Amino acid sequence: MNRRTLLGHLGLAASGLTLTAPLLPRPGLAQQAQITGAGASFPNPVYQKWAEAARGAAGIALNYQSVGSGAGINQIRNRTVDFGASDAPLTEQQLTEANLLQFPSVMGSVVPIVNIPGVEADKLKLTGELLADIYLGKITKWNDARLVELNRELNLPNLAIAPAYRADGSGTTFVWVSYLATVSSEWKQKVGVGTSVRFPAGTGARGNEGVAGTVKNIRGAIGYVENAYATTNKLVTAQLRNKAGRFVAPTQAAFLAAASSANWNVPGMAANLIDQQGEAAWPIVSPTFILLPKNPTDATRSLNVMKFFDWAFRNGSQMAQELEYIPLPSTVHDMVRAAWKAEVKANGQPVWTM
Amino acid sequence: MQQAATLPLGTPMGAKPQRAASPGSFGDTLFSAACHAAGGFVLLLLGGIIIELFIGGLPAFRAFGIPFIWSTEWDPVTEVFGAGVSIYGTIVTAVLAILLAVPVAFGVAFYLTELSPPWLRRPVGTAVELLAAVPSIIYGMWGFFLIAPIMGQYIQPAVIDTIGELPLIGELFQGPPFGTGIFTAALILAIMILPFIAATMRDVFQQVPPVYKESAYGLGCTTWEVMRSVVLPYTRISVVGGIMLGLGRALGETMAVTFVIGNANRISASLFGPGNTIASVVALEFGESEMGSLKLSALLALGFILFVLSFIVLAISRFLLRPRLKG
Repeated sequence: MNRRTLLGHLGLAASGLTLTAPLLPRPGLAQQAQITGAGASFPNPVYQKWAEAARGAAGIALNYQSVGSGAGINQIRNRTVDFGASDAPLTEQQLTEANLLQFPSVMGSVVPIVNIPGVEADKLKLTGELLADIYLGKITKWNDARLVELNRELNLPNLAIAPAYRADGSGTTFVWVSYLATVSSEWKQKVGVGTSVRFPAGTGARGNEGVAGTVKNIRGAIGYVENAYATTNKLVTAQLRNKAGRFVAPTQAAFLAAASSANWNVPGMAANLIDQQGEAAWPIVSPTFILLPKNPTDATRSLNVMKFFDWAFRNGSQMAQELEYIPLPSTVHDMVRAAWKAEVKANGQPVWTM
Repeated sequence: MQQAATLPLGTPMGAKPQRAASPGSFGDTLFSAACHAAGGFVLLLLGGIIIELFIGGLPAFRAFGIPFIWSTEWDPVTEVFGAGVSIYGTIVTAVLAILLAVPVAFGVAFYLTELSPPWLRRPVGTAVELLAAVPSIIYGMWGFFLIAPIMGQYIQPAVIDTIGELPLIGELFQGPPFGTGIFTAALILAIMILPFIAATMRDVFQQVPPVYKESAYGLGCTTWEVMRSVVLPYTRISVVGGIMLGLGRALGETMAVTFVIGNANRISASLFGPGNTIASVVALEFGESEMGSLKLSALLALGFILFVLSFIVLAISRFLLRPRLKG
């Protein structure tokens, strides 16, 4: 590139800045505040999207590292980042010990995916009990009487079921096994709930892409991925029977229906969205959480974190939906702001004063 | 040279230069100290890692005792951990990989030293060395997207329906054809360690004095007879050493194995069943283990066990390679 075109570009860029600058509600690039966060990989795509948009719009540059919930919790305990992110909510005791405030940021859903010859997307009907029995290794063939009974219109083949699961510890697994434990007491007893559990049957793969790849590769496979991943990759999802006894397909409407009936007024705002009431509710929906120190060492950075999420609550819902996440209801946004004001304090003064 | 040039003209040629006073001797001391420090640093680092891993793993060793090594439980929910499945998976995949790789590596080395036309030696030799330079993640992806589907669709169903039906041996080849599993992992490992073993074998085969081989040929031996009765006995120990080097790499391989082993904490009789290795478990579970948790400690303990395993294998290989390398 020669000097002239370089200058030309600079001129263009400068004129672009002066043109757009009056439109910006907050100071632009020059006064960008840096904040750092680390943790959950489940909401990573939407955090990155928000970070990109907020850089210009809110003047806050977020550096979010999707290192996994466990690592994120470790980092915020040691205060090496401004906030941590976790898919599994921390208990009240854990929060008190580490002096952290927990609030939800966005919700996501997990969907079952299958690879059965001749079965198209959202045609197969499953129930939570059947899923649990498949993952417990008790149902091993697709033409099992219990599966055939639900799917009379499908011609289910005599094919071995190959359950695939996340081998790396992950929030997706946490949400999935939370559901299985809710609907199956045997699952609850034998396996339990965690970001990684001892799966009694099947094969493990790394990441959403690993599970999706395994399911694509193996005829007769079943797996679970977060909905965003299933949608963008056009995977063959299945219907699930919800608590109301209706079969629902994984759609935004079904996810929102699940979110609308949740009770957020619980310690740590850890609402349980698994297997909610509601005719149209998708049963596997879960919020993901942010962990913020209640006694920030640097009040400005802490305030910027709150400003960032405040901005995301106001302007980020559309972006979240585009990425197949589920934005929180605005009542929850207000609850979160109230919690900031009440609980995050520097020198006895609330950091969030808006 | 410079030192000599700066000496006073009157100094007799044979006289020893006054080392202590010259500026060069300070440099020598410094250099020698730096080299000593560098050597010592490596030892310190090695010791530090072992001690660190051991201390980190101590809570797990305390909680589960010696049975940690063979316990097959790994349940993060109830915090019960055992290394049995991972150790089994590590050893079985590594040994299987050796069984698959050694014959091929022998063939490659034999071909390169005895059979191939001289103009082909360099290209094939370079290709073998390039194979060794392929990053393991590439092997992992290749294994996951290409080998695993082929195994799952064609090879495993065929083997399960034929050999799997036989008594006794059939046990090894049963179960659903996932494509991934212990055998696929061993296959990928075999391809990864093949160049190391082949390169070592080629090098030691070339060390055999030509006069031995020529004498044997002079007695009317065939190429195979020369190989079996002259070259192999002469290089036997070094060949085993090279195999051990490959074994060492197979034990610690992480990414490629993680992609294709199936990652299940079960010991299945079938080689097509999923399993895991120490390295794959550590890689997969590390991100979700909280500091100070028993799980993290168990992972560090696994790391310590892997370290000890690799150390033993490498020590044996060094010991076996030693006499020939000196000669």
